[in-house]
Formats: sequence, C-alpha cells, structure tokens
Amino acid sequence: MSTDVTSLDSGQGGTSAAEVQQLQRGGTSGKQVLGRIAAYVGMALIVLYCILPFYWMVVSSLRLPTMGRSTQLVPSPVSVENYQAVFAPGNNFGRALLNSVIVSLVTTLLTLFLGILGAYALARLRFALKGIVLAIVIGCSMFPQITLLIPLLKMFTGTYEWLPINWMNTYQALIFPSLSFALPLCVWNLTAFFRQLPVELEYAAMVDGCGPMQAFFRIILPLAAPGVFTTAIITFIAVWNEFMIALTFGQDKSMNTAPVAISKFTGATGFDTPYGTIMAAGVIVTVPLIIAVLIFQRRIVAGLTAGGVK
Amino acid sequence: MSTSTDAESTSGEASRSGPVTSGRPAPTKGGKGGRKNALSDGQASFAAVLLSPTMVVILAVVGVPILLSIRESFFRKNDGVDPTTGLVQQGEQFVGLGNYSAIFSNNATVSAMWGPMDRFWNAFWNTSTITLVCIVLETVLGVAMALIMSKAFRGRGIVRAGILVPWAIPTIVSALMWKLIFDEAGIANKILGQQILWLADNTSSFWAIIIADVWKTAPFIGLLTLAGLQTIPDEVYEAARVDGANAWQQFTRITLPMIKPSLVVAVLFRTLDTMRMFDLPYGMIGPGKYFVETLSVFAYDEANQTRFGPAAAYSIVLFIYIMLIAFLFVKFLGADVVGDEEVRAARDAKKRRRKQLKATTSGESAT
Repeated sequence: MSTDVTSLDSGQGGTSAAEVQQLQRGGTSGKQVLGRIAAYVGMALIVLYCILPFYWMVVSSLRLPTMGRSTQLVPSPVSVENYQAVFAPGNNFGRALLNSVIVSLVTTLLTLFLGILGAYALARLRFALKGIVLAIVIGCSMFPQITLLIPLLKMFTGTYEWLPINWMNTYQALIFPSLSFALPLCVWNLTAFFRQLPVELEYAAMVDGCGPMQAFFRIILPLAAPGVFTTAIITFIAVWNEFMIALTFGQDKSMNTAPVAISKFTGATGFDTPYGTIMAAGVIVTVPLIIAVLIFQRRIVAGLTAGGVK
Repeated sequence: MSTSTDAESTSGEASRSGPVTSGRPAPTKGGKGGRKNALSDGQASFAAVLLSPTMVVILAVVGVPILLSIRESFFRKNDGVDPTTGLVQQGEQFVGLGNYSAIFSNNATVSAMWGPMDRFWNAFWNTSTITLVCIVLETVLGVAMALIMSKAFRGRGIVRAGILVPWAIPTIVSALMWKLIFDEAGIANKILGQQILWLADNTSSFWAIIIADVWKTAPFIGLLTLAGLQTIPDEVYEAARVDGANAWQQFTRITLPMIKPSLVVAVLFRTLDTMRMFDLPYGMIGPGKYFVETLSVFAYDEANQTRFGPAAAYSIVLFIYIMLIAFLFVKFLGADVVGDEEVRAARDAKKRRRKQLKATTSGESAT
C-alpha cells in the first residue's frame, strides 16, 4: 500500500519536474526560480503555521510551574516539574490514560471486527439496499452527538423502566456511544480501501474454486491488511480525542479519560489555572499520536483522502 | 428531512452504479447471459450476513437514541406546585410541540453579539456565523496550502507531516492550548502589543474560537484538496499556457473546476462538523458564555440542568438544520457524498473493461 503511494507520488513529481525543465528552456528561467523560491517560502509558512502553536504548548510545559504564563520564547530554566505534577496523586492522570487506552482500544477492535465485514459487503457485493446502507453510514458520521447524548444519559441512568441498568461511570457507557461515530468512520474508510483492491483477485480465486466467503478470507483480507491498519489508527485517534461522550458518561474521577482529566485540572489554590501542568498533560496525550502520525503519515494521508471523512 | 436526503442520494447512486455492475465482465460464467456479476452467487444473503452486525449496532447506538430523543423533546419536567393538591409536582408531562414553540416565543433572555434575544436564537446565530466564517477562511487557506504544496518538488513529506499535527491534537487539548495563547498575559497579546480580553465573554472570544478552529482544520482541507490537485494532468496546464492563459485564468478555469468535486465534499464534511462544534467553545471559553455558545453547548448545558425536554428539542433542531445544509450541498453544489467512491469505481471498471475488450476482441472497444 505504502509503496504504491510512494511510487505514485514520486512518479508524479518526476514527470512534472521533467516537464518544467523542458518548459524552462523556452521560458524565462528567472521567473521559474522566483516561483520556486516562493513555493518553498510558502511551504515554510505552512509548517510554521501548523507547528508554532504546538511549539508553544511544548515550551510552556517545560517551564517552572510558577511561570505558567511566561512569554519567554525559550524556557529558562528548562524544567520537567510540570510533568511530575501531571502525575501527582490528586490528578489521577495515570488512571485517566489507562481509561483512554482501554476505551480507544476496545472501540477500535470492535469497530474493525464489525467494519471489515460490512465494508467488504459494501465494496464488493451487489444488493438492493446498498445505497440506503451507504447513506445511513455516512449520515451517522455527520450526526450531532448531542442528539444522542440526552437519551443515552437517561438510558444509562436507568430512567426508562424497560431498561433497568445503571451504566454511569462504566467502560461500556464510554465504549457503546463511541461506536456511533467510530463505526461509520471505520466502515467508510475500509469500504474505500476494499474498493481499491482489484476485483480480478476474487475472480481469479473463484476460477480456482473459492466461494465469495473463501475469496474474502483467503485473498482480500490479507491483502487489505495495510488499509485495515490505517483505518485502525484513524479510528483509534478519533476515539482517543473524543470529549463530549467521555465528559458525560465518565464523570467519576476514576472513570475520566485523559482529555476529560486534562479539562478538569485545577491548581493547588483553585484560582490560578495551572497552565504548565495542563500543557504538560496535553503534550503527553498528543505526542504518542504525533509519533504514530509521523511514522505512518503516507498511509494516513491515503486513508484520509480515500475516506474523505474527518 | 433525512429521508429526502437519503432518497436523493439513493436514487443518484442507483442510477450511477447501474451501468457499472451490469457492465462488469463475467469471466467465470460467461455463458450465462454474460451480464451477471461473477460474485453474484448468493450475494444478497451473504451481504445481509456481513452487514447485519454493523446495522444492528448502528440501530442500537444511533437509531434508538434518535427516536428516544424525538420522544424526549415532546416532554418537559414538571416544576412548580400542583394547583389542585398543593404538592410539588414530580416526573414529566407531555407538552407536545411545546418545547419547539417555546423557541419562537420571543423572550429576550440573553444579550450578546446579536442583541437581546432568546438564548436558543443566540446560539443558533452563533453556530451559523462561526460555521460560515470558519468554512470560508478554512477553504481559502486550505486551497492556498494545497496549491503551494503541489508546486513543491521536494520537502512535501515534511509539510505533510507538519499538516497532520493540528489534525492529531485532541480538540480539547488544542482548546486549552489556545486558551493559554489567548490569555490576558499570553503570547497573542504580547505579539499584538495590546490588552485584549480574548477569554472573556465578548466579540474577541468569538474570533479566538474562529482562529483556533481554522488553525486545526484548514490544513486538513489542504490535504484533501492536494489529493484532488494531484489528479489534474500537467498536460492540461501546458495546453492552457500554449493558449495564452495567465496564472489566474489557469486557476479559475482549470484548477477550481477540476478540484471542485473533492473540495465540495471536504467542505461539506467540515461544515457539518463545525455546526456541531462543542469541545472548542466549551474547553476554551466555557459553558454559558453567550458570545460563543453554539447549539451543541447550549443543548448540553440545558441537559446538565436536567431540562432534558428542551435540550432534546434543541438538539433535534440542530440535527434538522445539519440535514438541511447537507441536503443543500448535495442539491446545489452537487456534493457527491455517497456515490463518490462508486463513481471512481465506475471509471475504473470502464477502464478495465476497455482494456479487457481490447485484449480479447480488438473490434468491440466502442465505449
């Protein structure tokens, strides 16, 4: 998958570069050089635009806790006290991280299991209601979560007589509502990936005597592994970043996810916002994602552009 | 509303996918009429087996809550004292469309950017304006970024990695990050050399929200637009240059029309996502701040005060509003939401068929 994208990318870059050189012979080369410089300046601006606020977060997390609002461009002295403060017992941040990992992982695995089956049907099989199913899937991913939240809150607090459960502050109360946006996202992305695989593969498998089911499990699934992996990362990040559901159903401090825990950080005095600690926690929550994104950037971009959602 | 959107897209998709599926070659069963899909043996039932778990889950986590939400919106919590018994009332009472009609009762309860008006309408106009301004800025910036990236031959990987940073940061973390930047004594004021109270409940906080949202999502639009740009063959531009088109003409006559399909879909998704914005105003400015209160924040706040009926009604209105905008996008801008991949598949299938036809029978490649 990734090699495909690579070759495609460099292939396109190569042709256009060659063609531009061809053009340069006829045209004014000074203008071309100027254009190129402008492009690089523009690219530098884009990177600065994207990175600078994040840089500010990192810098602010490395100050002394007493210098939370300092505007020095480089922290002096550099201190990791904020990072120690994040894991102070009162914040319960370790537990929050664990909760986030559990919720994101379980949701991702559940959606992958369901999504792989559904997406294969949507990408390959012919059936009457396909258009409606696709519309439902895409409709769900556009859905305002607040609409689901109110009835779910009543359901999980056992307000309805027909559903005598109390799920508040449980993992299932965090995982089930997350399926509402994670599953459509997963199905949509996987459908796009499955469509990219040539259908001839299955034809060949069928010539060799496989049924549709065998063709799926023996041929398509192993070949779609990169796409499945990418979808897993995108889904994981979406669930990891989710805030509203986690805020509502995991109100108990021991059931906060990491984003919710960060939003509830308060200073020792209760008046001053502990910016240093909040930024340190933000870096801790974000850096694993950014590392994953940097490693798998080609695949993620391919996945995002193929899926077109979020 | 939703049914009409569904019907629209369904019929569109059916008509589009029609020629694809029927046109697919059937190498394994060429004898049987030749039009049947090779994978079609028991397809419908196999598809039902594969899709039913997904559909059951969607029904459970989306379908049932929507219906309950609609039901909720017809009820209101009892408050006050029962006039006949003199006891404090308990439970809920059916009010029909009362929660909805209350929206139009014109009581000026809050006063923010739009003057004194009902808190719902204040949130409604906030949502609409924030969405409109954000989408315009994000689209312009995103397209500009995509154009720059497409011009560069080297270093595209670095830019792509950089662009994914805002995308990967959790929205609530970015909200708190911008909260620090926009702090009264923060870096934004220091750079501007002014003392703007960005985080108070005022017009500045409205713009702070917009800046934070544009920062996070403009690169994303850029990324999706770049994918569209890369599909434009260079020959088209060469031909335009030969014909004497200047850079601006090339942009408006070639680039924009050719990236329009992918751009419209990207903008549609961003629009719908911005309309339900919650994390950013909630985390950065806080709930109950009327200058930045979106419909999601308002409904959430109402639900938090256990006024579930009105909260459900507001969320349903937001839902209908979002569906309406999606419908308009599909209808008037031709956003190819559902059929997007199908169209591409159709093109691929056509290409494949042409190739196969050429390979087998050289005379029949009429399509």
